Amino acid sequence: MTDLTNLTISDALKGLDAKDFTAVELTQAHIDAGEAAKGLNAYITETPELAIEQAKASDARRAAGKAGALDGIPLAIKDLFCTDGVQTTAASHILEGFVPQYESTVTANLFADGAVMLGKANLDEFAMGSANTTSYFGNVINPWTREDGKDLVPGGSSGGSAAAVAARIAMGATGTDTGGSIRQPAAFCGISGIKPTYGRCSRWGTVAFASSLDQAGTFARSVEDNALLLQSMSGFDPKDSTSADIAVPDFAGALTGDVKGLRVGIPKEYKVEGMPAEIEKLWEDGIAMLKDAGAQIVDISLPHTKYALPTYYIIAPAECSSNLARYDGVRFGQRVEGEDLNEMYSKTRAEGFGDEVKRRIMIGTYALSAGYYDAYYIKAQKVRRLIAQDFDKAYEQCDVILTPTAPSAAFAIGENEGDPIKMYLNDVFTVPASLAGLPGMSIPTGLDANGLPLGMQILGKAWDEETVFRTAFALEKAANFTALPQSIVRQAA
Amino acid sequence: MDTKDVLKVARLARIETTEAQAEALLPQLNNIIGWIEQLSEVDTDNVEPLANVANIELPLRKDEVSDGNCADKVLANAPDEMQGFFSVPKVVE
Repeated sequence: MTDLTNLTISDALKGLDAKDFTAVELTQAHIDAGEAAKGLNAYITETPELAIEQAKASDARRAAGKAGALDGIPLAIKDLFCTDGVQTTAASHILEGFVPQYESTVTANLFADGAVMLGKANLDEFAMGSANTTSYFGNVINPWTREDGKDLVPGGSSGGSAAAVAARIAMGATGTDTGGSIRQPAAFCGISGIKPTYGRCSRWGTVAFASSLDQAGTFARSVEDNALLLQSMSGFDPKDSTSADIAVPDFAGALTGDVKGLRVGIPKEYKVEGMPAEIEKLWEDGIAMLKDAGAQIVDISLPHTKYALPTYYIIAPAECSSNLARYDGVRFGQRVEGEDLNEMYSKTRAEGFGDEVKRRIMIGTYALSAGYYDAYYIKAQKVRRLIAQDFDKAYEQCDVILTPTAPSAAFAIGENEGDPIKMYLNDVFTVPASLAGLPGMSIPTGLDANGLPLGMQILGKAWDEETVFRTAFALEKAANFTALPQSIVRQAA
Repeated sequence: MDTKDVLKVARLARIETTEAQAEALLPQLNNIIGWIEQLSEVDTDNVEPLANVANIELPLRKDEVSDGNCADKVLANAPDEMQGFFSVPKVVE
């Protein structure tokens, strides 16, 4: 860690403006830090040459007085966003070597504001996983460690993005969140991350997993930095018919620190059986912090919470089986030859997809197949409406909802493997809001007994990221989370 | 589900699966499906399915060409191409 790599984005922008350092120096510091932290496997593809080229152009723009909102800020881009001329794999063998000839809207927006790309961050294959252990390009290691010295997972699916930001090898990162893939890794890595309202960011050029749930979002080390990144990424895009033609408010402007009178809902159904005492304590502390800041605590009920995960594990695999039908070896990606076209498809997909992806495609295919469609898929869509209605009713009584982000801290690689359902339970607190399309943010507020970070989740009403940011900012101030991953502490010593 | 069902789903999904692989997958898939089936206890009479939360009316655009003339880009990632076309194994004798 150097002084430059430990800056927040907002401080780095001030430093660039004040000519304390150049974008090239800032970028080089992150490239060097990334070299030293290669063991984390946070990137699938590093793009140092492109980054320096972009940083040089950024310095020129700033010198000419034409700097954009994120000019010169080096970021990690989840390898699910298509990047023109840079390999995009979705962490799958089937897309190895695929070089998009176009730019995703989200990355195009960031680049238009001057952002610099350090590389394409590792993830679970096609964003399917909660531990970043399903990537064809290897596991990502969490920069945080516990006493037994075992390698810990960074969470998933955006594990590389979260690990890179926590390890100070990127100032911020893009992620995508289908059922918790931003919030859970943010919590596991001790940083902040937000999934905005479904439709806030364009999905165009983002490799699809479950189209009615996928939403891009951000990782950074402060709430303000997340607001700056999301501001740049958001907005209507005619190329995505589910992107909303709604004005994007000034997110950073919402960070007033004032939560007096804010009604904070506490859902009783999230007090799940067997919740670890430390998570319960973290939640109580969070409630007390917001209460002290003048918020009003309201008990609420979200009665269909327990059905959210099984609903998700019908809808997401069903959409995945449909979306992933395009990987057939014909137009792009890997191909395994066969006797005829069908054999080519089957061999290509058998070799190209990993176990978890195959499992989900098969569950989805089953749920959509003749005779089961109504019993599984339509049933799940009906329960999805009930879950969304739970939130509508709750928001008559409160402005935001406060819950833990995940039921545990980061676990060791290999733990929770073998039983898919045990892994799926990681997302028990994040999936309901995904099904309802609502914005959710995780911020670190405490440590567990092993010294590992724990996150609190703030959920908001649709299109009200501002109140989520305002609440998160107040909680961030109250929690004053300053702990660093052990590897960073060692470097600084 | 039994092994035959797994093989049928694998065929529908175009994922080559051996009998031994299907047998290994069977308990995992049955476990997941059994868990999913708890949804049957939810009363969903008179509930409309929710396909997408966006509630956005699909916008219409003018039916005019806005892109194209980039065959090179389209074919840039083709595993096998020939004279401006994607080349695949023979389908029709």
